[in-house]
Amino acid sequence: MLEIKNLHAGIEGNEILKGINLKVNAGEVHAIMGPNGSGKSTLAQVLAGREEFVVTKGEIKYNGKNILNMAPEDRAREGMFLAFQYPVEIPGVSNTNLLKTALNEIRKYHGEEELDTIEFLALVKEKMKLVELDQKFLSRSVNEGFSGGEKKRNEIFQMAVLQPKLAILDETDSGLDIDALKIVANGVNKLRSKDKAIIVVTHYQRLLNYIIPDFVHVLYNGKIVKSGGKELAFELEEKGYDWVKNEKIEEMVNL
Amino acid sequence: MSSTEVKTIEELANKEYKYGFVTDLEADSLPIGLNENIISQLSALKNEPEFMLLWRLKAYRHWLTMKEPTWPNIKYPPIDYQAISYYSAPKKKPKLNSLDEVDPELLKTYEKLGISLTEQKMLTGVAVDAVFDSVSVATTFKDKLGELGIIFCSFSEAVKEHPELVKKYLGSVVPYTDNFFATLNSAVFSDGSFVYIPRGVRCPMELSTYFRINAANTGQFERTLIVADEGSYVSYLEGCTAPVRDENQLHAAVVELIALDNAQIKYSTVQNWYPGDKDGKGGIYNFVTKRGACRGVNSKISWTQVETGSAITWKYPSCILQGDNSVGEFYSVALTNNHQQADTGTKMIHLGKNTRSTIISKGISAGQSQNSYRGLVKIVKKAENARNFSQCDSLLLGDKCGAHTFPYLEINNSSAQMEHEATTSKIGEDQIFYLNQRGISTEEAIGLIVNGYCKEVFAELPMEFAVEAQKLLSISLEGSVG
Repeated sequence: MLEIKNLHAGIEGNEILKGINLKVNAGEVHAIMGPNGSGKSTLAQVLAGREEFVVTKGEIKYNGKNILNMAPEDRAREGMFLAFQYPVEIPGVSNTNLLKTALNEIRKYHGEEELDTIEFLALVKEKMKLVELDQKFLSRSVNEGFSGGEKKRNEIFQMAVLQPKLAILDETDSGLDIDALKIVANGVNKLRSKDKAIIVVTHYQRLLNYIIPDFVHVLYNGKIVKSGGKELAFELEEKGYDWVKNEKIEEMVNL
Repeated sequence: MSSTEVKTIEELANKEYKYGFVTDLEADSLPIGLNENIISQLSALKNEPEFMLLWRLKAYRHWLTMKEPTWPNIKYPPIDYQAISYYSAPKKKPKLNSLDEVDPELLKTYEKLGISLTEQKMLTGVAVDAVFDSVSVATTFKDKLGELGIIFCSFSEAVKEHPELVKKYLGSVVPYTDNFFATLNSAVFSDGSFVYIPRGVRCPMELSTYFRINAANTGQFERTLIVADEGSYVSYLEGCTAPVRDENQLHAAVVELIALDNAQIKYSTVQNWYPGDKDGKGGIYNFVTKRGACRGVNSKISWTQVETGSAITWKYPSCILQGDNSVGEFYSVALTNNHQQADTGTKMIHLGKNTRSTIISKGISAGQSQNSYRGLVKIVKKAENARNFSQCDSLLLGDKCGAHTFPYLEINNSSAQMEHEATTSKIGEDQIFYLNQRGISTEEAIGLIVNGYCKEVFAELPMEFAVEAQKLLSISLEGSVG
């Protein structure tokens, strides 16, 4: 589904991603872990098509298509979804309005008929249960005055409504207490399926107790330095990121 | 065939005839220039009673002593008032046989606004067949209004048919000496609307739902007078979301509203006149004086405006809160793009006891435009317990435009309660990216954000108008980001 080859990207001349290689198949859940500043969020933003980040080398193929020149909205319409680390507030625009517009844009792109208000509300109400959000929430402005936990739940709720093929969760666990974390993880797990893939970007192993990944990759200094199964996450938790850093230095010394 | 249908067809037949009649009149247009002789001829052409002519002449003589104001935050080349023809009968548009002959760009805009095919034909001057809905609806409306004693007619008609009402109220809110442009209007106004709602009558419909097509033909110097007698209610809609092109560059209208005891007037405007091209060439200068008097106790006047057109907008719909417990409201969205300039706001003059006013102003600037809010809240000495709430927000798109706020407060009574809030914000890249990432294009994202920002004002517009106004904002901002 997703194939990243030798991806180099940066902002204002600073290279942050220094040759990322990653392959994600449908049905898989990949966790990308790494210390602060390793390039995790940059990778998530580059995948979503944020213009501030300039790709200098390499390619990103999504469902066989090179998406580097694809506008962010088209990537989204093609089924890519980013759950933001810091969801923005949009005063005056209700959650319903945002979601209805988004969903219908995506449907139009695929030549499907737009949903009318009644169909839309039925869908939305069903999905709200997934993340245990109150119905009052629908008429509130997007993320305005939301608590940290509500913002993150809102991201997962949007994901549930828009039904992406590839979801990238950027530090969705940060700022969540254990109950909210469970709700969010539970929502994500219900969306797992054979034809969908999820990339979980996180600093801590904690979230991976609830969303069990098939693969874990360690990102350090703009490169994936280690890949493995879910046990790698536990190893990391135990030994800390210094383990990876030190190992990396040893490798370099041995060269 | 029902009697209404017969009536409709008859009316339509008459209309066609009138149309032709007007064409003949075109030869009667007055030469350019302005003097007492021109004004007398204008009045004669309109068959006006003497009182009207005398009023026009008084205004003209006063105008000669006045100077064009220079305080607004707008720039334009000097206007040669002697180079304008002050009377020309409505120009007959070239008659087209189908919409295929209309400028496709114009049609595209209509389509985006969701204007019906029939209405598109009316607006562009395509011949329409006899089953035009609005016309029959209009006939039914007129009958219904008549039964309730509501007078709703052109200003010229009112001058002839209801001279005592016109004499009593004309100039009672905006006197002929008021300001340069209002005085000019008083001398030369061509036509406009007159509304009278009798005591205790609640006008059962928005006045103008059928009127809006005619509104496209309004003249250069328009005059509107609305009187709501004791305990009555009326909601009046002015303007049209469809882009209106007009060869007259200078527009100076006057609107006067009078609300007597316990009466309420709601006046909504959507203005989308030609703003000039991308380089700021052409476009309409819109210098308007709008003022309402809450003359009676417990009366209420609300102004709601969505201003997206004109090269220059200079307008301050105001309320004089004379009656005790009277209420004034001003809800405004003013959008400027490219080289447009807007200096708009309101005046709330508190004279009576327990008077309340609310001001919600939302300015949006894009391109290289300049957008100013200018507002006065005045509380006189004897206005006990007056209250005002003002909120003035500015939204900037891009970094070449300007937003300015000029609030003036004159408080002469210590019991007054005032609240003022002001914000200036920019549409953030991260807001747009967030929406992009949900599958929404940048243009549509801006539309969503801007409409969200204007929500409180749109909530005051009649439903159908609000939907159109939202689309209008998005269209007016097209290409402003990128």
